Amino acid sequence: MPLAQTSTIVPVVVDDALCIADKGCTVCVDVCPLDVLRIVEGPDGSPVTAHMKYDECWYCMPCEADCPTGAVTVNLPFLLK
Amino acid sequence: MDEILDGTTQIDCDILIIGGGTAGPMAAIKAKRKNPNANVVLLDKANVKRSGAISMGMDGLNNSVIPGYATPEQYTKEITIANDGIVDQKAVYRYAEECYSIIEELDQFGIRFQKDQNGEYDVKKVHHIGTYVLPMPNGDTVKKALYRQLRKARINIVNRYMATRLLTGEGRIAGAICVNTRTAEFLVVRAKAVIMSLGAAGRLGLPSSGYLYGTYENASNSGEGYSMAYHAGAGLANLECFQINPLIKDYNGPACAYVAGPMGGYTSNAQGERFIECDYWSGQMMQEFYDELQGGKGPVYLKLNHLAEETVAEIERVLHIVERPTRGHFHKGRGTDYRTDMIEMHISEIGFCSGHSASGVFVDERARTTIDGLYAAGDMANVPHNYMLGAFTNGAFAGLDAVDFVKDVDFANFDMGEVDAERTRVLAPTKRDDGVPPNQIEYKTRRFVNDYLQPPKVTAKMELAQRRFEEVRDDMENQMYVRDSHELMRSLEASAIMDCADMAAAASLYRTESRWGLYHNRVEYERDDENWFCHTILTKGEDGKPAHAKKTVDDYIVEIDDDEKDAYNNQRVTKTVAAE
Repeated sequence: MPLAQTSTIVPVVVDDALCIADKGCTVCVDVCPLDVLRIVEGPDGSPVTAHMKYDECWYCMPCEADCPTGAVTVNLPFLLK
Repeated sequence: MDEILDGTTQIDCDILIIGGGTAGPMAAIKAKRKNPNANVVLLDKANVKRSGAISMGMDGLNNSVIPGYATPEQYTKEITIANDGIVDQKAVYRYAEECYSIIEELDQFGIRFQKDQNGEYDVKKVHHIGTYVLPMPNGDTVKKALYRQLRKARINIVNRYMATRLLTGEGRIAGAICVNTRTAEFLVVRAKAVIMSLGAAGRLGLPSSGYLYGTYENASNSGEGYSMAYHAGAGLANLECFQINPLIKDYNGPACAYVAGPMGGYTSNAQGERFIECDYWSGQMMQEFYDELQGGKGPVYLKLNHLAEETVAEIERVLHIVERPTRGHFHKGRGTDYRTDMIEMHISEIGFCSGHSASGVFVDERARTTIDGLYAAGDMANVPHNYMLGAFTNGAFAGLDAVDFVKDVDFANFDMGEVDAERTRVLAPTKRDDGVPPNQIEYKTRRFVNDYLQPPKVTAKMELAQRRFEEVRDDMENQMYVRDSHELMRSLEASAIMDCADMAAAASLYRTESRWGLYHNRVEYERDDENWFCHTILTKGEDGKPAHAKKTVDDYIVEIDDDEKDAYNNQRVTKTVAAE
């Protein structure tokens, strides 16, 4: 059976204006226990900004607490907020 | 990132520690200090900086045995009674004797503990009988302090590798097979001793929110420790003694009566009345919670709205920065204020975790499992009511003993065929063109866990669970499909969850009595001390399915008087008290 493309709203929000992934920062990606964050790459493969790629969040907050620029906000997943 | 690469590397070490949360780092530090020449590797599926149950720290020590407040004898007695007598006291007693030295060590790491005006530890009473709860004013810094010590001790840290199977040979431990969670490359670690500190099986039942990761435990603790121990042939004790917790409904995190209790907060029914004398988590307490709901007096709440403003502010200050800081966000989103509203609670889904119950990989007072050279500590080992300090202390025991063990042994030989077979098993979902994604396998397994295994336990339902699990397992083994290495990690977790579900059903069916309050409430059976005052030990049988045996409870070190045995069974507030 083929797979569907079902969308879900994800709880971790990154402020692109504050995120310094383009300068090589990967702190939020590194500290996430569930490993759900990734860096979006530009067309040339260079890092642009962090985002939540997998909807598998424990809403634990290391990404928000450890972000050096305060770019990350952890909201509650919709199903339980 | 996340593409599936082909490759296998092998490394050797004296001691491999799997899991860098709480017990693991302490095991590593202790082992390395005892023998600075030992090659100690600390491996984690996530990043040791923020992995495990205390990812965001902890608000306090729930089970500290501090001279002047409690004695090892009192503590051992309390834990024995709270677990309906099924306790090997030697491990509990050793913990109680030595945990104070671990507190002093944590203090040297820079973790502060609350002191009163005279400079004495400010220990609070939460348990039914004794006084053991010590708040940590800077509890949010625990992981950072641990990480500094790991760097200082020059521990080799390997992040983002997930151990999938243990290797054994010559009748003892030989190492572990691991997979990179971002590349799917294999790492075979040969080790003379292995310490497992992989945490609870926190993704076993399905939270009522339906969100797979909305668990009480850190959702990365998906039960691989139990699964690996099982497949390696180790014994697992009393798995039918589930962990079930009284939590904030929907948020599914701790209501933290341990923090609020000493300040005057308590668990109440819908009328705002206290119905249990003691908010310390035990099977008997959970049974009272369940009975209150069944009796139509629910919902059950955490009640703080009778407290003074400064008290509520202090409770918020602690609860909203440590352990589960999103608790504050949750209440804000719901418009709930501790000052005016009671906080709705509920009964959680099931899990395995000795942190608050008594099940897990069987260990003795040196953290040794039933396999030579294999140790277990923390939430996954069966020392009851471990909490964070138990993980630290038993982790220390494991590290110290493992250093002695590796002195006299070389690497055990193992069958390379096992590595090949494991590669085939692990990579199978990457070899298909389509199929069932791991999240659907996991969801279905965990939904059946809720439907059939959530207590009160009914024989016919648990037998149905076994049939459903078999069907889902068949789908998992023949149809699971992943597209990248991240999903591959989830598929391996789904497999561990399935093993834990099988073990939960089998262990619950084996013990034909009721014990530990709600944790093992089998409606068809009463408590039966004559036949079941014993541990149950689950192993992997010859047929590849769970096999069971009884094991005698060791002679007590601290005797329990007959009139003390039922202390935890008499928790319901009597009418006169409630009326006060």
